[in-house]
Amino acid sequence: MAAAPDLLSVEDLHVRYGSVEVLKGISLKVRRGEIVALIGANGAGKSTALMAISGIVPASKGSIRFSGREIRSLPSEQRVSLGITQVPEGRRLFPRMTVKENLLIGATLRTDRSEIEKDLAWVLKLFPVLKKRSLQLAGTLSGGEQQMLALARGLMAKPTLLLLDEPSLGLAPKLIGEVFSLIRKIHEMGITLLLVEQNAYQALQVAQTAYVLETGTIALHGPAERLRQDPSVKRAYLGG
Amino acid sequence: MNLFLQQLLNGLTIGAVYALIALGYTMVYGILQMINFAHGEVFMVGAYFGLSVILAFGLAAPVPGGVAWLVGVICAAAAGCALLGLLIERVAYRPLRKAPKLSVLITAIGVSFFLQNAVMLCWGAQDRYVPELLPVRQMGEGAVAVTPMQVVIFAVSLLLMIGLQWVVHGTKLGRGMRAVAQDPLAARLMGIPVDRVIAVTFAIGSALAGVGGVLFGVYYSTINFHDGYLTGLKAFTAAVLGGIGNLPGAMLGGLLLGLLEALGAGYISAQWKNVVAFAVLILVLLLRPRGLLGERLAERA
Repeated sequence: MAAAPDLLSVEDLHVRYGSVEVLKGISLKVRRGEIVALIGANGAGKSTALMAISGIVPASKGSIRFSGREIRSLPSEQRVSLGITQVPEGRRLFPRMTVKENLLIGATLRTDRSEIEKDLAWVLKLFPVLKKRSLQLAGTLSGGEQQMLALARGLMAKPTLLLLDEPSLGLAPKLIGEVFSLIRKIHEMGITLLLVEQNAYQALQVAQTAYVLETGTIALHGPAERLRQDPSVKRAYLGG
Repeated sequence: MNLFLQQLLNGLTIGAVYALIALGYTMVYGILQMINFAHGEVFMVGAYFGLSVILAFGLAAPVPGGVAWLVGVICAAAAGCALLGLLIERVAYRPLRKAPKLSVLITAIGVSFFLQNAVMLCWGAQDRYVPELLPVRQMGEGAVAVTPMQVVIFAVSLLLMIGLQWVVHGTKLGRGMRAVAQDPLAARLMGIPVDRVIAVTFAIGSALAGVGGVLFGVYYSTINFHDGYLTGLKAFTAAVLGGIGNLPGAMLGGLLLGLLEALGAGYISAQWKNVVAFAVLILVLLLRPRGLLGERLAERA
Protein backbone atom coordinates (compact mmCIF):
# COMPACT_ATOMS: atom_id res chain seq x y z
CA MET A 1 0.00 0.00 0.00
CA ALA A 2 1.34 3.42 -0.89
CA ALA A 3 1.86 5.92 1.91
CA ALA A 4 -1.15 8.10 2.45
CA PRO A 5 -0.63 11.39 0.62
CA ASP A 6 -2.12 13.32 3.52
CA LEU A 7 -0.11 13.22 6.71
CA LEU A 8 -3.03 14.63 8.67
CA SER A 9 -6.60 14.52 7.59
CA VAL A 10 -9.31 16.01 9.77
CA GLU A 11 -12.88 15.47 8.70
CA ASP A 12 -16.08 16.96 10.04
CA LEU A 13 -14.49 17.57 13.44
CA HIS A 14 -16.86 18.75 16.13
CA VAL A 15 -15.78 19.83 19.61
CA ARG A 16 -18.08 21.07 22.30
CA TYR A 17 -17.40 22.55 25.70
CA GLY A 18 -20.55 21.77 27.63
CA SER A 19 -23.42 23.09 25.57
CA VAL A 20 -21.25 25.37 23.44
CA GLU A 21 -20.09 23.95 20.15
CA VAL A 22 -16.67 25.44 19.49
CA LEU A 23 -15.87 23.51 16.34
CA LYS A 24 -18.85 22.88 14.10
CA GLY A 25 -17.49 20.32 11.72
CA ILE A 26 -14.16 21.44 10.31
CA SER A 27 -12.20 19.54 7.70
CA LEU A 28 -8.61 20.14 6.79
CA LYS A 29 -5.69 18.28 5.27
CA VAL A 30 -1.98 18.61 5.82
CA ARG A 31 0.21 17.00 3.18
CA ARG A 32 3.61 15.58 4.02
CA GLY A 33 6.31 18.25 3.85
CA GLU A 34 3.91 21.17 3.84
CA ILE A 35 3.41 24.20 6.03
CA VAL A 36 -0.29 24.74 6.56
CA ALA A 37 -1.54 27.90 8.26
CA LEU A 38 -4.75 28.06 10.21
CA ILE A 39 -5.73 31.67 10.67
CA GLY A 40 -8.72 33.39 12.15
CA ALA A 41 -9.85 35.81 14.81
CA ASN A 42 -9.61 35.35 18.54
CA GLY A 43 -12.06 32.72 19.71
CA ALA A 44 -12.62 31.22 16.27
CA GLY A 45 -11.53 27.82 17.57
CA LYS A 46 -7.97 27.60 16.27
CA SER A 47 -6.38 26.46 19.51
CA THR A 48 -9.27 24.09 20.14
CA ALA A 49 -8.58 22.46 16.78
CA LEU A 50 -4.94 21.87 17.77
CA MET A 51 -5.97 20.58 21.20
CA ALA A 52 -8.35 18.12 19.57
CA ILE A 53 -5.59 16.93 17.23
CA SER A 54 -3.27 16.51 20.23
CA GLY A 55 -5.93 14.59 22.12
CA ILE A 56 -6.31 17.06 24.96
CA VAL A 57 -9.95 17.90 24.26
CA PRO A 58 -12.25 15.14 23.01
CA ALA A 59 -13.94 15.39 19.64
CA SER A 60 -17.68 14.92 19.87
CA LYS A 61 -17.91 13.87 16.23
CA GLY A 62 -15.75 13.46 13.16
CA SER A 63 -12.45 11.84 12.35
CA ILE A 64 -8.77 12.64 12.76
CA ARG A 65 -6.46 10.50 10.65
CA PHE A 66 -2.70 10.58 10.91
CA SER A 67 -0.70 8.73 8.23
CA GLY A 68 -3.95 7.06 7.30
CA ARG A 69 -4.65 5.84 10.81
CA GLU A 70 -7.67 6.94 12.86
CA ILE A 71 -6.35 8.52 16.05
CA ARG A 72 -9.47 10.17 17.42
CA SER A 73 -9.75 7.86 20.39
CA LEU A 74 -6.02 7.57 21.19
CA PRO A 75 -4.71 9.17 24.39
CA SER A 76 -2.45 12.17 23.95
CA GLU A 77 0.80 10.37 24.79
CA GLN A 78 0.20 7.85 22.01
CA ARG A 79 -0.33 10.65 19.53
CA VAL A 80 3.01 12.13 20.60
CA SER A 81 4.74 8.82 20.08
CA LEU A 82 3.17 8.53 16.61
CA GLY A 83 4.91 11.81 15.74
CA ILE A 84 2.49 14.64 16.55
CA THR A 85 3.98 17.25 18.85
CA GLN A 86 2.46 20.55 19.85
CA VAL A 87 4.23 23.73 20.85
CA PRO A 88 1.39 25.29 22.80
CA GLU A 89 0.25 28.86 22.98
CA GLY A 90 1.96 30.83 25.72
CA ARG A 91 4.91 28.39 25.50
CA ARG A 92 3.96 26.50 28.68
CA LEU A 93 7.50 25.72 29.72
CA PHE A 94 8.25 24.09 33.04
CA PRO A 95 9.43 27.24 34.80
CA ARG A 96 11.17 25.63 37.77
CA MET A 97 13.19 23.25 35.65
CA THR A 98 16.37 24.00 33.80
CA VAL A 99 16.52 24.60 30.08
CA LYS A 100 18.15 21.21 29.68
CA GLU A 101 15.46 19.44 31.69
CA ASN A 102 12.76 21.10 29.62
CA LEU A 103 14.47 19.80 26.50
CA LEU A 104 14.75 16.29 27.92
CA ILE A 105 11.04 16.33 28.76
CA GLY A 106 10.44 16.99 25.09
CA ALA A 107 12.05 13.61 24.48
CA THR A 108 10.02 11.83 27.17
CA LEU A 109 8.65 9.07 24.97
CA ARG A 110 11.87 8.32 23.16
CA THR A 111 14.01 5.41 24.27
CA ASP A 112 17.02 5.90 22.00
CA ARG A 113 19.27 7.32 24.69
CA SER A 114 22.35 7.99 22.61
CA GLU A 115 20.24 9.66 19.91
CA ILE A 116 18.63 11.89 22.52
CA GLU A 117 22.06 13.10 23.63
CA LYS A 118 22.95 13.82 20.02
CA ASP A 119 19.73 15.69 19.41
CA LEU A 120 20.30 17.71 22.55
CA ALA A 121 23.61 18.91 21.19
CA TRP A 122 22.03 19.52 17.78
CA VAL A 123 19.14 21.54 19.18
CA LEU A 124 21.47 23.66 21.30
CA LYS A 125 23.48 24.38 18.18
CA LEU A 126 20.32 25.39 16.37
CA PHE A 127 19.36 27.69 19.24
CA PRO A 128 22.65 29.16 20.44
CA VAL A 129 20.87 31.43 22.97
CA LEU A 130 19.82 28.32 24.87
CA LYS A 131 23.27 26.80 24.96
CA LYS A 132 24.76 29.23 27.43
CA ARG A 133 21.60 29.05 29.52
CA SER A 134 21.18 25.30 29.58
CA LEU A 135 21.49 25.07 33.37
CA GLN A 136 19.33 28.12 34.05
CA LEU A 137 15.71 27.76 35.14
CA ALA A 138 13.31 28.16 32.23
CA GLY A 139 11.24 30.67 34.19
CA THR A 140 14.15 33.10 34.21
CA LEU A 141 14.46 33.34 30.42
CA SER A 142 13.24 36.32 28.42
CA GLY A 143 10.09 36.00 26.31
CA GLY A 144 12.01 35.44 23.11
CA GLU A 145 14.30 32.87 24.69
CA GLN A 146 11.28 31.08 26.11
CA GLN A 147 9.74 30.82 22.67
CA MET A 148 13.00 29.39 21.32
CA LEU A 149 13.03 26.87 24.14
CA ALA A 150 9.43 25.91 23.45
CA LEU A 151 10.29 25.24 19.80
CA ALA A 152 13.45 23.37 20.78
CA ARG A 153 11.54 21.26 23.29
CA GLY A 154 9.05 20.37 20.57
CA LEU A 155 11.86 19.32 18.24
CA MET A 156 13.32 17.03 20.91
CA ALA A 157 10.31 14.76 20.40
CA LYS A 158 11.47 14.16 16.80
CA PRO A 159 8.04 15.00 15.43
CA THR A 160 6.78 14.20 11.96
CA LEU A 161 4.09 16.83 12.37
CA LEU A 162 4.69 19.88 14.51
CA LEU A 163 1.66 21.87 15.64
CA LEU A 164 2.57 25.47 16.44
CA ASP A 165 0.07 27.56 18.38
CA GLU A 166 0.69 31.30 18.10
CA PRO A 167 4.49 31.12 18.12
CA SER A 168 4.81 34.87 17.56
CA LEU A 169 2.33 36.01 20.17
CA GLY A 170 3.67 38.67 22.51
CA LEU A 171 7.08 38.92 20.87
CA ALA A 172 8.86 42.06 19.71
CA PRO A 173 8.78 42.57 15.90
CA LYS A 174 12.43 41.68 15.52
CA LEU A 175 11.89 38.40 17.33
CA ILE A 176 8.81 37.63 15.26
CA GLY A 177 10.99 37.66 12.18
CA GLU A 178 13.44 35.36 13.90
CA VAL A 179 10.71 32.91 14.89
CA PHE A 180 9.41 32.74 11.33
CA SER A 181 12.85 32.14 9.91
CA LEU A 182 13.23 29.30 12.40
CA ILE A 183 9.92 27.91 11.21
CA ARG A 184 11.32 27.88 7.68
CA LYS A 185 14.44 26.13 8.95
CA ILE A 186 12.39 23.48 10.76
CA HIS A 187 10.39 22.97 7.57
CA GLU A 188 13.59 22.49 5.57
CA MET A 189 14.55 19.66 7.92
CA GLY A 190 11.58 17.77 6.53
CA ILE A 191 9.16 18.39 9.35
CA THR A 192 5.56 19.07 8.38
CA LEU A 193 3.97 22.03 10.15
CA LEU A 194 0.47 23.09 11.06
CA LEU A 195 0.66 26.67 12.18
CA VAL A 196 -2.00 28.57 14.06
CA GLU A 197 -1.46 32.32 13.93
CA GLN A 198 -3.16 35.61 14.51
CA ASN A 199 -0.34 37.22 12.60
CA ALA A 200 -1.98 36.28 9.30
CA TYR A 201 0.46 38.29 7.23
CA GLN A 202 3.50 36.29 8.37
CA ALA A 203 1.60 33.02 8.40
CA LEU A 204 0.45 33.39 4.80
CA GLN A 205 4.01 34.26 3.79
CA VAL A 206 5.50 31.09 5.18
CA ALA A 207 2.70 28.61 4.44
CA GLN A 208 1.82 26.82 1.23
CA THR A 209 -1.79 26.15 2.14
CA ALA A 210 -4.06 28.05 4.47
CA TYR A 211 -7.42 27.68 6.13
CA VAL A 212 -9.50 30.53 7.55
CA LEU A 213 -11.49 29.60 10.62
CA GLU A 214 -14.51 31.71 11.55
CA THR A 215 -16.61 30.86 14.62
CA GLY A 216 -15.99 27.17 14.42
CA THR A 217 -16.24 26.59 10.69
CA ILE A 218 -13.77 26.77 7.83
CA ALA A 219 -14.80 29.86 5.93
CA LEU A 220 -12.17 29.67 3.25
CA HIS A 221 -9.21 27.58 2.23
CA GLY A 222 -6.71 27.24 -0.57
CA PRO A 223 -3.12 28.00 -1.52
CA ALA A 224 -1.69 30.60 0.83
CA GLU A 225 -0.70 32.78 -2.09
CA ARG A 226 -4.28 32.97 -3.29
CA LEU A 227 -5.64 33.76 0.15
CA ARG A 228 -3.11 36.59 0.42
CA GLN A 229 -4.79 38.17 -2.59
CA ASP A 230 -8.32 37.43 -1.50
CA PRO A 231 -10.17 40.68 -0.82
CA SER A 232 -12.14 39.35 2.15
CA VAL A 233 -9.00 37.94 3.76
CA LYS A 234 -7.19 41.20 3.11
CA ARG A 235 -9.97 43.15 4.72
CA ALA A 236 -10.45 40.95 7.76
CA TYR A 237 -6.94 39.73 8.55
CA LEU A 238 -4.33 41.70 6.70
CA GLY A 239 -5.44 45.15 7.68
CA GLY A 240 -6.55 46.52 4.34
CA MET B 1 21.27 19.76 79.67
CA ASN B 2 20.65 16.04 79.74
CA LEU B 3 16.93 16.58 79.54
CA PHE B 4 17.47 18.85 76.59
CA LEU B 5 19.64 16.36 74.74
CA GLN B 6 17.31 13.51 75.56
CA GLN B 7 14.28 15.37 74.27
CA LEU B 8 16.23 16.48 71.22
CA LEU B 9 16.88 12.85 70.43
CA ASN B 10 13.33 11.73 71.13
CA GLY B 11 12.02 14.62 69.08
CA LEU B 12 14.18 13.84 66.09
CA THR B 13 13.06 10.21 66.20
CA ILE B 14 9.35 10.90 66.10
CA GLY B 15 10.06 13.86 63.81
CA ALA B 16 11.60 11.48 61.29
CA VAL B 17 8.34 9.51 61.28
CA TYR B 18 6.33 12.72 60.81
CA ALA B 19 8.63 13.65 57.96
CA LEU B 20 8.01 10.34 56.17
CA ILE B 21 4.26 10.88 56.35
CA ALA B 22 4.48 14.57 55.53
CA LEU B 23 6.24 13.71 52.27
CA GLY B 24 3.13 11.93 51.05
CA TYR B 25 0.89 14.90 51.80
CA THR B 26 3.22 17.27 50.09
CA MET B 27 3.83 15.10 47.01
CA VAL B 28 0.13 14.68 46.35
CA TYR B 29 -0.50 18.35 47.00
CA GLY B 30 2.30 19.33 44.65
CA ILE B 31 0.88 17.29 41.83
CA LEU B 32 -2.89 17.64 42.30
CA GLN B 33 -3.30 20.62 44.64
CA MET B 34 -5.37 18.44 46.90
CA ILE B 35 -4.94 17.52 50.55
CA ASN B 36 -5.29 13.78 50.76
CA PHE B 37 -6.87 13.56 54.19
CA ALA B 38 -6.94 9.78 53.96
CA HIS B 39 -3.15 9.76 54.04
CA GLY B 40 -2.99 9.49 57.84
CA GLU B 41 -5.12 6.37 57.60
CA VAL B 42 -2.74 4.84 55.09
CA PHE B 43 -0.02 5.35 57.69
CA MET B 44 -2.18 3.60 60.28
CA VAL B 45 -2.95 0.71 57.94
CA GLY B 46 0.81 0.43 57.39
CA ALA B 47 1.28 -0.05 61.12
CA TYR B 48 -1.30 -2.87 61.06
CA PHE B 49 0.27 -4.46 57.99
CA GLY B 50 3.53 -4.44 59.92
CA LEU B 51 1.89 -6.02 62.94
CA SER B 52 0.35 -8.76 60.81
CA VAL B 53 3.66 -9.62 59.19
CA ILE B 54 5.38 -9.70 62.58
CA LEU B 55 2.71 -12.02 63.96
CA ALA B 56 2.68 -14.18 60.83
CA PHE B 57 6.36 -14.93 61.33
CA GLY B 58 5.90 -15.44 65.05
CA LEU B 59 8.35 -12.72 65.97
CA ALA B 60 7.13 -12.28 69.53
CA ALA B 61 10.30 -10.96 71.13
CA PRO B 62 13.67 -9.49 70.17
CA VAL B 63 15.20 -12.01 67.79
CA PRO B 64 18.67 -12.49 66.43
CA GLY B 65 18.99 -10.49 63.23
CA GLY B 66 16.21 -8.22 64.44
CA VAL B 67 17.24 -5.38 62.15
CA ALA B 68 17.01 -7.60 59.09
CA TRP B 69 13.58 -8.81 60.16
CA LEU B 70 12.47 -5.26 60.75
CA VAL B 71 13.63 -4.21 57.31
CA GLY B 72 11.68 -7.12 55.86
CA VAL B 73 8.54 -6.10 57.76
CA ILE B 74 9.01 -2.52 56.56
CA CYS B 75 9.31 -3.62 52.94
CA ALA B 76 6.17 -5.73 53.17
CA ALA B 77 4.14 -2.93 54.75
CA ALA B 78 5.49 -0.42 52.22
CA ALA B 79 4.44 -2.68 49.35
CA GLY B 80 1.01 -3.21 50.88
CA CYS B 81 0.50 0.52 51.39
CA ALA B 82 1.70 1.32 47.88
CA LEU B 83 -1.03 -0.95 46.55
CA LEU B 84 -3.55 0.60 48.90
CA GLY B 85 -2.54 4.08 47.69
CA LEU B 86 -2.95 3.00 44.07
CA LEU B 87 -6.37 1.59 44.84
CA ILE B 88 -7.53 4.73 46.67
CA GLU B 89 -6.35 6.96 43.84
CA ARG B 90 -8.00 4.81 41.19
CA VAL B 91 -11.32 4.27 42.93
CA ALA B 92 -11.87 7.43 44.95
CA TYR B 93 -9.90 10.30 43.40
CA ARG B 94 -9.40 9.69 39.70
CA PRO B 95 -13.12 9.76 38.90
CA LEU B 96 -13.22 13.19 40.56
CA ARG B 97 -10.25 14.67 38.70
CA LYS B 98 -12.43 17.42 37.22
CA ALA B 99 -14.80 17.78 40.18
CA PRO B 100 -14.80 20.79 42.51
CA LYS B 101 -12.13 20.64 45.21
CA LEU B 102 -14.72 20.38 47.95
CA SER B 103 -16.03 17.09 46.52
CA VAL B 104 -12.54 15.66 46.53
CA LEU B 105 -11.97 16.80 50.09
CA ILE B 106 -15.19 15.20 51.29
CA THR B 107 -14.29 12.02 49.42
CA ALA B 108 -10.92 11.98 51.16
CA ILE B 109 -12.62 12.23 54.53
CA GLY B 110 -14.95 9.41 53.46
CA VAL B 111 -12.00 7.21 52.51
CA SER B 112 -10.49 8.02 55.86
CA PHE B 113 -13.60 6.83 57.75
CA PHE B 114 -13.79 3.77 55.55
CA LEU B 115 -10.22 2.75 56.33
CA GLN B 116 -10.61 3.37 60.07
CA ASN B 117 -13.67 1.19 60.23
CA ALA B 118 -12.21 -1.49 57.98
CA VAL B 119 -9.20 -1.74 60.26
CA MET B 120 -11.42 -1.80 63.33
CA LEU B 121 -13.39 -4.70 61.86
CA CYS B 122 -10.33 -6.63 60.74
CA TRP B 123 -7.98 -6.10 63.66
CA GLY B 124 -10.34 -5.07 66.46
CA ALA B 125 -11.06 -1.83 68.26
CA GLN B 126 -8.76 -2.33 71.23
CA ASP B 127 -5.11 -1.30 71.36
CA ARG B 128 -2.85 -3.90 69.79
CA TYR B 129 0.54 -4.72 71.18
CA VAL B 130 3.39 -4.68 68.69
CA PRO B 131 6.24 -6.98 69.74
CA GLU B 132 9.65 -5.42 70.04
CA LEU B 133 11.94 -6.68 67.36
CA LEU B 134 15.03 -5.00 68.72
CA PRO B 135 16.37 -5.24 72.25
CA VAL B 136 15.36 -2.30 74.44
CA ARG B 137 18.63 -1.22 75.92
CA GLN B 138 20.67 1.86 76.20
CA MET B 139 23.53 2.09 73.76
CA GLY B 140 26.83 3.28 75.16
CA GLU B 141 27.46 4.67 78.59
CA GLY B 142 26.46 8.27 77.96
CA ALA B 143 24.01 10.26 79.97
CA VAL B 144 21.55 10.21 77.11
CA ALA B 145 19.67 7.01 76.35
CA VAL B 146 19.81 5.99 72.71
CA THR B 147 18.00 2.78 71.86
CA PRO B 148 18.79 0.63 68.83
CA MET B 149 15.26 1.32 67.60
CA GLN B 150 15.89 5.05 67.52
CA VAL B 151 19.00 4.50 65.46
CA VAL B 152 17.09 2.31 63.03
CA ILE B 153 14.21 4.78 62.73
CA PHE B 154 16.56 7.59 62.00
CA ALA B 155 18.66 5.63 59.54
CA VAL B 156 15.67 4.24 57.63
CA SER B 157 14.00 7.65 57.38
CA LEU B 158 17.17 9.35 56.28
CA LEU B 159 17.84 6.73 53.60
CA LEU B 160 14.30 7.01 52.28
CA MET B 161 14.45 10.79 52.16
CA ILE B 162 17.72 10.70 50.26
CA GLY B 163 16.26 8.05 47.98
CA LEU B 164 13.19 10.16 47.29
CA GLN B 165 15.30 13.21 46.47
CA TRP B 166 17.21 11.07 44.02
CA VAL B 167 14.03 9.75 42.39
CA VAL B 168 12.56 13.23 42.05
CA HIS B 169 15.68 14.99 40.81
CA GLY B 170 17.71 12.25 39.21
CA THR B 171 15.32 10.04 37.27
CA LYS B 172 13.02 10.33 34.32
CA LEU B 173 10.08 9.41 36.53
CA GLY B 174 10.91 12.29 38.87
CA ARG B 175 11.23 14.67 35.96
CA GLY B 176 7.77 13.60 34.87
CA MET B 177 6.43 14.16 38.38
CA ARG B 178 7.84 17.66 38.54
CA ALA B 179 6.53 18.41 35.07
CA VAL B 180 3.00 17.34 36.00
CA ALA B 181 3.24 19.42 39.18
CA GLN B 182 4.32 22.53 37.29
CA ASP B 183 2.03 22.34 34.27
CA PRO B 184 -0.17 19.27 33.79
CA LEU B 185 -1.41 20.35 30.36
CA ALA B 186 2.07 20.94 29.01
CA ALA B 187 3.11 17.61 30.51
CA ARG B 188 0.38 15.85 28.54
CA LEU B 189 1.41 17.65 25.37
CA MET B 190 4.96 16.37 25.86
CA GLY B 191 3.62 12.83 26.01
CA ILE B 192 3.97 12.31 29.74
CA PRO B 193 1.34 9.75 30.83
CA VAL B 194 -0.13 12.03 33.47
CA ASP B 195 -2.50 9.49 35.00
CA ARG B 196 0.33 7.03 35.50
CA VAL B 197 2.57 9.68 37.04
CA ILE B 198 -0.19 10.61 39.49
CA ALA B 199 -0.75 6.96 40.37
CA VAL B 200 2.97 6.40 40.98
CA THR B 201 3.05 9.52 43.17
CA PHE B 202 0.29 8.07 45.32
CA ALA B 203 2.09 4.74 45.47
CA ILE B 204 5.37 6.30 46.60
CA GLY B 205 3.73 8.59 49.14
CA SER B 206 1.67 5.72 50.54
CA ALA B 207 4.68 3.44 50.75
CA LEU B 208 6.54 6.07 52.78
CA ALA B 209 3.52 6.40 55.08
CA GLY B 210 3.50 2.62 55.45
CA VAL B 211 7.14 2.65 56.51
CA GLY B 212 6.26 5.41 58.97
CA GLY B 213 3.45 3.23 60.30
CA VAL B 214 5.71 0.26 61.01
CA LEU B 215 8.32 2.46 62.68
CA PHE B 216 5.62 4.14 64.77
CA GLY B 217 4.24 0.76 65.86
CA VAL B 218 7.52 -0.79 66.88
CA TYR B 219 8.60 2.44 68.59
CA TYR B 220 5.52 2.93 70.73
CA SER B 221 4.64 -0.78 71.03
CA THR B 222 0.89 -0.23 70.81
CA ILE B 223 -1.25 0.78 67.90
CA ASN B 224 -4.89 1.61 67.54
CA PHE B 225 -7.16 2.21 64.56
CA HIS B 226 -7.44 5.84 65.69
CA ASP B 227 -3.72 6.49 65.41
CA GLY B 228 -3.89 7.71 61.83
CA TYR B 229 -6.03 10.66 62.73
CA LEU B 230 -3.79 12.49 65.17
CA THR B 231 -0.48 11.48 63.65
CA GLY B 232 -1.78 12.22 60.18
CA LEU B 233 -2.87 15.67 61.27
CA LYS B 234 0.54 16.30 62.79
CA ALA B 235 2.31 15.18 59.65
CA PHE B 236 0.04 17.51 57.70
CA THR B 237 1.07 20.28 60.10
CA ALA B 238 4.68 19.38 59.38
CA ALA B 239 4.05 19.63 55.63
CA VAL B 240 2.42 23.05 56.08
CA LEU B 241 5.23 24.17 58.36
CA GLY B 242 7.84 23.28 55.77
CA GLY B 243 5.80 24.67 52.88
CA ILE B 244 3.22 22.39 51.32
CA GLY B 245 4.31 21.10 47.93
CA ASN B 246 7.97 21.33 48.84
CA LEU B 247 9.77 18.04 49.56
CA PRO B 248 12.75 19.30 51.60
CA GLY B 249 10.18 21.45 53.41
CA ALA B 250 8.22 18.37 54.47
CA MET B 251 11.37 16.74 55.81
CA LEU B 252 12.42 19.85 57.67
CA GLY B 253 8.88 20.45 58.93
CA GLY B 254 8.61 16.90 60.25
CA LEU B 255 11.87 17.05 62.16
CA LEU B 256 11.13 20.51 63.54
CA LEU B 257 7.65 19.56 64.64
CA GLY B 258 8.96 16.44 66.38
CA LEU B 259 11.56 18.56 68.15
CA LEU B 260 9.15 21.25 69.28
CA GLU B 261 6.72 18.64 70.50
CA ALA B 262 9.38 16.78 72.47
CA LEU B 263 10.75 19.96 73.99
CA GLY B 264 7.22 21.01 74.92
CA ALA B 265 6.66 17.62 76.50
CA GLY B 266 9.95 17.82 78.37
CA TYR B 267 9.82 21.38 79.63
CA ILE B 268 6.10 21.99 80.01
CA SER B 269 4.39 18.66 80.42
CA ALA B 270 3.71 15.61 78.32
CA GLN B 271 0.04 16.51 78.15
CA TRP B 272 0.95 19.71 76.34
CA LYS B 273 2.68 17.94 73.48
CA ASN B 274 -0.29 18.13 71.11
CA VAL B 275 -1.03 21.69 72.08
CA VAL B 276 2.47 22.63 71.02
CA ALA B 277 2.09 20.81 67.71
CA PHE B 278 -1.15 22.50 66.76
CA ALA B 279 -0.10 25.89 68.09
CA VAL B 280 2.69 25.58 65.52
CA LEU B 281 0.10 24.96 62.80
CA ILE B 282 -1.91 28.01 63.80
CA LEU B 283 1.15 30.22 64.04
CA VAL B 284 2.44 29.13 60.65
CA LEU B 285 -0.94 29.75 59.06
CA LEU B 286 -1.07 33.20 60.63
CA LEU B 287 2.50 34.34 60.18
CA ARG B 288 3.88 32.51 57.19
CA PRO B 289 1.16 30.67 55.30
CA ARG B 290 3.53 29.49 52.60
CA GLY B 291 5.68 27.70 55.19
CA LEU B 292 9.41 27.82 55.78
CA LEU B 293 10.57 26.70 52.35
CA GLY B 294 7.38 27.13 50.34
CA GLU B 295 6.95 29.34 47.36
CA ARG B 296 4.34 32.03 47.40
CA LEU B 297 0.96 30.36 47.33
CA ALA B 298 -1.17 31.39 44.42
CA GLU B 299 -4.26 29.71 43.10
CA ARG B 300 -3.64 28.47 39.63
CA ALA B 301 -5.94 29.94 37.00
